[in-house]
Amino acid sequence: MSDHDYKPKSKVGQWFNDRLPLLTLANHLTDYPTPKNLNYWWTFGGILTFCLITQIITGLTLAMHYIAHADMAFESVEHIMRDVNYGWLIRYIHANGASMFFLAVYIHIFRSLFYGSYKSPREIIWILGIVIYLLMMAAAFMGYVLPWGQMSFWGATVITNLFSAIPLVGEGIVTWLWGGYSVDNPTLTRFFTLHYLIPFLILGLVVLHIWALHVPGNNNPVGIDIKKPSKDTVPFHPYIVIKDGFALLMFMIVFAFFVFYTPNILGHADNYIEANPMVTPAHIVPEWYLLPFYAILRSVPDKLLGVVAMLSAILILAALPWLDTSKIRSAVFRPLYKQFYWILVADVLILGYVGAMPAEGLYLLIARVATAYYFLHFLVILPVLGFKERTLPVPLSITEPILGGSPNLAAARHRESKIK
Amino acid sequence: MKKLFKLILILSFFSLNSSQTFAAEKVDYLKTDWSFKGLFGKFDRATLQRGYQVYTEVCASCHSMKYLSYRNLSEEGGPEFSEAAAKAIAASFEVKDGPNADGEMFTRPGKLSDKFVMPYDNVKAAQAANGGAYPPDMSVLVKARGGGVDYIYSLLQGYEDPPSGVTLDDGVYYNKYMYGNKIRMAAPLSDGIVEYGDGTNASVEQMSKDVTTFLMWAAEPHLEARHQMGFKAIVYLIILTILVYFSMKRIWSRVESEV
Repeated sequence: MSDHDYKPKSKVGQWFNDRLPLLTLANHLTDYPTPKNLNYWWTFGGILTFCLITQIITGLTLAMHYIAHADMAFESVEHIMRDVNYGWLIRYIHANGASMFFLAVYIHIFRSLFYGSYKSPREIIWILGIVIYLLMMAAAFMGYVLPWGQMSFWGATVITNLFSAIPLVGEGIVTWLWGGYSVDNPTLTRFFTLHYLIPFLILGLVVLHIWALHVPGNNNPVGIDIKKPSKDTVPFHPYIVIKDGFALLMFMIVFAFFVFYTPNILGHADNYIEANPMVTPAHIVPEWYLLPFYAILRSVPDKLLGVVAMLSAILILAALPWLDTSKIRSAVFRPLYKQFYWILVADVLILGYVGAMPAEGLYLLIARVATAYYFLHFLVILPVLGFKERTLPVPLSITEPILGGSPNLAAARHRESKIK
Repeated sequence: MKKLFKLILILSFFSLNSSQTFAAEKVDYLKTDWSFKGLFGKFDRATLQRGYQVYTEVCASCHSMKYLSYRNLSEEGGPEFSEAAAKAIAASFEVKDGPNADGEMFTRPGKLSDKFVMPYDNVKAAQAANGGAYPPDMSVLVKARGGGVDYIYSLLQGYEDPPSGVTLDDGVYYNKYMYGNKIRMAAPLSDGIVEYGDGTNASVEQMSKDVTTFLMWAAEPHLEARHQMGFKAIVYLIILTILVYFSMKRIWSRVESEV
């Protein structure tokens, strides 16, 4: 905010702002120079903020009616669905909201991967994002346990049991996590407590994420550093606000369709059966957004190594700014990387698909190949590509490819196609 | 705008992907036209009332429905029995209450606020009476089975003689829609097992449809309200989106850039 010499107009405003510069902050946020060529993939940051707030508000309301007790949790959820005013609406928004949140976060992450938004000087934004993503997974997993259905119970059993793979102390850690010798009431109450806490941790990290973003400013589809403010930028308000708003509304239409017309399609039918420690479901499947990692976990024959592989699959992302050696950010000017990028997208989708299937036969083989490729992409292809790839010439400013006179053929062709 | 279409394409891929999750266990279920499907789907009152009759005269002797109350029967969006009729239904059940001033438990006729009376006192009693199998609670049964209403509807009509080579233990029946084909419930419906007050022919197919519709309502008592609100919400969102789109175009026309 050092680039701002903002002075409120009113005397009261000045008096207040000298003591707590909230008005300077508000002014910074409205004036914040944003690259004017941001496409719709950049609207998911705003959409994610909306998702977080929605989850917190609906979650608080649900918590007023939910009872975190092994004997009453399932019943209290049914009470919410039947007797609480609009309880069905609040719960379906919350349950589908989790899926929408992950859908948006995956688009946000893959946008970053495509346009190289994780590269210098934005490494801290990226790493904060990975931490947020990890916390989201923890919150979603624990939230799924709360209705205390069959998938809740057995999902909790499977995932917490992963910690038993740790040598020597594993079993002790699992007992400690459970608060007993099996998943039971103490597990439920602590999961509820943590599920309530984590969103606020995420909220704090989101503030840091945005703060860190506002230091170097947004990356953009061309991936070049821009002077700000300049001809290449527009003030955040009203330009980006209205554009984010438009994209958010489109997103909300999809969201509403799920909530009102297929509220249970993303869940598993078994979770409408009350938890029963004596009966194991035929297939224990996590929620769709965890499936790629579940596939990686199961593709390794050894339990400990499987857990290590699964964790590495996420943590490797944190090292991405250093694994990607290319000086060029945007895939628009990296013809080879662009192809490998889409292969990676396909790879992750395949992992998600086989994660939902039984780990046997052809599925297992596909999962193993896809897992190997996932790591190959980050550990071998990306570092080598940075040195070997012949990149396209990058324009000097954003205005250049838009207004013409660009040395870059791809950008010029793109412009032509838009005019037609 | 082209990008937005791409986005919608990706979204639809995801929804496709999730439905494939269950594809592995998919069987061809019997189909019927459910009145509650679709954007404006509603329950048919007469169907729900007949469905309740099948439930209470046939299913309820083994299957509980513990999350429903008698008052639900007269509530909007359900079978919509008159309040007097719902009271009469409730009063026809004996409810255990107490303790009274003397510390004794007693039974009294049911009231609208009572939950549906359960056929057995507990799971063990239910198992003991059914050869070890527990007849599942039916409150959310439709949502607790992968195939939903189609599965229940088919299962009720799926009883047949076992193919040669399949031997069944005592008290086990063959059902072509059951997971593993072996079921501990004898065929519950047979033509004319109930007598409908409205003169509808009580065929197995008709009763299956009626009772399955009733179970759908039991699992989703606010389904009609959800569909109505959903339509309004989505129309509202679409209109707002269009308005915001034109405002956005207007605002962005001030700069040489595209949105």
